[in-house]
Amino acid sequence: MPDYNWPDAAHRTLIGKRTSRVDSPFKVSGRAKYTYDYHGANMLFGKVLRSPYAKAKIVSIDVSLAEKLPGVKAVEIIQKPGSTVAWAGDEIVAVAAVDEPTAEDAVRLINVKYQPMSYLVSDAEPPAGAGEAAGPMSEDDIDDAIGNQTPDAEVAKYLQEHGVSFKVDDDFLKDMQDEGASDAVLAAIRQATFHPVKGAGHSAYQKTAAQTSGDPDKAFAEAEVVSEGLYGAPVIVHCCLEPHGSVSEWTDKDHLFTHISTQNVSGIAGQMADPLGISAANIRIHQDNMGGGFGSKFAADRWDIAAARLSKKAGGRPVRMMLERDAELKVAGARPSAYARVKVAAKKDGTITGWQSQSWGTGGPGGGGMPPIPYVFSIANQHKEHIAIRNNIGPARAWRAPNHPQAAVITMGALDDLAAKLQMDPLDLWLKNLEITGPRRDVYREELAVAAGLMGWKDKWRARGQNVSGGIARGLGLSIHTWGGRGHASDCDLTIHPDGSVDVKMGTQDIGTGTRTTIVIVAAETLGIPIEAINLYIGDTLYPPSGGSGGSTTPGGVSSSTRRAAVDAREALFTKVAPVLNAQPQELECGNGTVRVKSDPSRSLDWKQACSKIGAMPLTARGHNDQVAGKNHPDLTNSGVGGVGMADVEVDTETGIVKVKKMVAVQDCGLIIDLKTAESSCYGALTMGISYALFEEKIMDQPTGRMLNPNMEFYRLAGLNDIPELVVHMMTGKGYDERGVIGLGEPPVISPGAAIANAVANAIGTRVSFLPITADKVLAALNQKSMTQKAGA
Amino acid sequence: MQDDDLLNDESSQEIDDHSGVSRRDFLKISTISAAAVPILGAKVVEAAGVPVKVYGPGKVPVELTVNGQKHALRLEPRVTLLDALRDPLEITGAKRVCDRGECGACTVIMDNRAVYACSILAIEAQGKAITTVEAFMQGETLHPIQQAFVDNDASQCGFCTPGFVVAFKAFLDQHPNASPEEIRRGLSGNLCRCGTYHGIQLAIAQMAQKGA
Repeated sequence: MPDYNWPDAAHRTLIGKRTSRVDSPFKVSGRAKYTYDYHGANMLFGKVLRSPYAKAKIVSIDVSLAEKLPGVKAVEIIQKPGSTVAWAGDEIVAVAAVDEPTAEDAVRLINVKYQPMSYLVSDAEPPAGAGEAAGPMSEDDIDDAIGNQTPDAEVAKYLQEHGVSFKVDDDFLKDMQDEGASDAVLAAIRQATFHPVKGAGHSAYQKTAAQTSGDPDKAFAEAEVVSEGLYGAPVIVHCCLEPHGSVSEWTDKDHLFTHISTQNVSGIAGQMADPLGISAANIRIHQDNMGGGFGSKFAADRWDIAAARLSKKAGGRPVRMMLERDAELKVAGARPSAYARVKVAAKKDGTITGWQSQSWGTGGPGGGGMPPIPYVFSIANQHKEHIAIRNNIGPARAWRAPNHPQAAVITMGALDDLAAKLQMDPLDLWLKNLEITGPRRDVYREELAVAAGLMGWKDKWRARGQNVSGGIARGLGLSIHTWGGRGHASDCDLTIHPDGSVDVKMGTQDIGTGTRTTIVIVAAETLGIPIEAINLYIGDTLYPPSGGSGGSTTPGGVSSSTRRAAVDAREALFTKVAPVLNAQPQELECGNGTVRVKSDPSRSLDWKQACSKIGAMPLTARGHNDQVAGKNHPDLTNSGVGGVGMADVEVDTETGIVKVKKMVAVQDCGLIIDLKTAESSCYGALTMGISYALFEEKIMDQPTGRMLNPNMEFYRLAGLNDIPELVVHMMTGKGYDERGVIGLGEPPVISPGAAIANAVANAIGTRVSFLPITADKVLAALNQKSMTQKAGA
Repeated sequence: MQDDDLLNDESSQEIDDHSGVSRRDFLKISTISAAAVPILGAKVVEAAGVPVKVYGPGKVPVELTVNGQKHALRLEPRVTLLDALRDPLEITGAKRVCDRGECGACTVIMDNRAVYACSILAIEAQGKAITTVEAFMQGETLHPIQQAFVDNDASQCGFCTPGFVVAFKAFLDQHPNASPEEIRRGLSGNLCRCGTYHGIQLAIAQMAQKGA
């Protein structure tokens, strides 16, 4: 069998080095084309009428005036009278017109009568006793549980105990399978008892988990110290700079061509086929570049289906349907909130012995599962309860490392408060408890040492509130995190042409993470030629399918399939070239632009000469990576990483303004293909972390039911001036490289929020419970602290 | 978008617009006295004693000079410079993101000044020299700012990148000896979501070193 294994360090010329992102020259010059930039011939412009109400029944829809407006070519009702809209911004009618102003006018001419219904947009702490009467799961509940990566056993147990509120059919099971439901969950859905829900619907509060392990009562009774606190992170949105959307056109009566902004090129056609009533094989999906997804762009959305239908009605003319900024922020994805009241039991020496939490949060109409708390630390004795709030804020979508940043804020905050209560340096408390972090404990130990060195932790750290001078409080905080990151299913075709040119084709996508660069590095390394010699084709269903870019699965998937294809193509080339070099194929190697005899490199052909021996027909090899661990021999990808985040902040105690002064990220991700783009993923994650720690929140208004800040002025993102010194250290070399390739998109974004929250607590001597840590919350916390001190004095 | 309907006035007067669309509402200007000579698609009327150029409603001829090339278009007066560039001219380096002057992704240079193309009407940009990111390369060679972005991996998804590059060049053109700190402040009107600021800082340092 050919040797697919990654080359060892001595034989790597490109892998693990710093290669500049291959598509950068196109991005910096405006030549990189995005879905939003595609302008089809005779293109029409789509617009959507959205619900002004958070919840309402649609009584009637009159589109007659819109249809008569000159320039309007098609109108499509998305939700018919009788339907219930469940959030402000929900889609009702779509129109397509010859230009954008006309489409906007047409939307204004649509007359919809609503019967407003009562709604909830708050995710404040549920009232006492709420959620006790747990009900059966709705379609949304199950969808949400899968989307939020709720553990299989938890979902299955709930289904077994409470049943479902709807009749399960094959279509639903197939949908759930497509969403990633495991066989165990699918079986539990199939076997769940049907309990029709009577009346106006069930409570907005649903108790989704009550779990006990070990003996928490005993642990707390025997605890030498108990720390209590309140922690949480609000709903935030993805705010992709390129909004969600697509351009669809019918090339004939049963063939659709869709340009779409997606993280899931190979998976979109299958989602569009059913609603459009055509075979997925008749749908071509294309995307060159994508302007940000962060987990929110896996689906063919309602507006995409509407665009395809509008195009059909308009005789196949392309219809561009890109969301406006306000819609992008209102409806195109939100990260669920999570809040918790936590108690931690410990010994005086810092050994953690018990955990209790009452948590709640919302993922919109579907509720939202419990984040994985306590996070990373498997505390022996624990009791956890979680209430999901089903409200009318719009649906949740995966947001980089779904549920992990929230879990880190809650868990690392609680442990940091414990350390403060014990008057321990949190770094020592973390090190003291590493045994219960599981198989990555030695990695954490090594990473914490590296991070502490880069931060200057031991020199800088002071006990809480002890580093204040001239009204400026300084503090340090830390957090650790974990993620899987095994490579997804991926097929790659690699062709060597007789003239020496090389094509690589794959239905993957580069969402800004450097996927193009990863693929060409692997192909070039394997064939011993420069990366410029590889012609890469991605982003189209014309190419072999490759998984969606989610869960940090892309680097492992595409690098493995490319490596296998390249090795097989190379072996086939060796067979053709061997006779010319008077050698056996297995005696040959590629390197430095030649094919040569390993034992006698003077017997060689340059790449072009070698390829000319192929004959008239090019050589193509298909490489495949299986999603399932153990099905790849050898396995070129792996799962399971640890990482550390540390923050150094400065808080102005007069104004309450927090300024991050320095952040450190230390991360492992197995064998790194391109160090430069890997580091960029971490720098980007630290930046997003500063943003969600200090600024971001989807602010919902209960009186109107609407989002108050659906724009980029009041939905604030971190800017250049908010970014301090960032230090990134990737763990490489022995113990890391030989694990194979592991994805990196999620892990480094998990810890920054928790680390910053802990640093603020360290600085000002009290905790700001909930992100974002805005000036008003800092001042309120300081106020509370001084009142408590006065009361105690 | 419904909320942005500033042009809605039932008592509006209708003016022939050559596009067959005569129903558009039109901002009523009180004390309109007389229509005068049309220039570049505009009518001049006297409003409160001052002559005011009035365009439309409906499509009017618009002439834009982009990257040294003149383009004759017919656009509704409410079309922004950004939308005129992207559709129909298909000059798409400037991106539409916030569409209201908050993020800088649509930055172009107009008569040597960086402007948000989403916040300028196409009709206002007539007679001015518009430069977009597409004009920065010399043949196959990237502009030094573009090269600094490549060298320091200052783009990820890349959707904000052209706006940053244009704002950067406009700032350096005006302040050739700017310090890194000054450049950073000069670029603070641009936002990135992927978090490429670290790379941009390095690109700034690289350019500042060149200038020194």
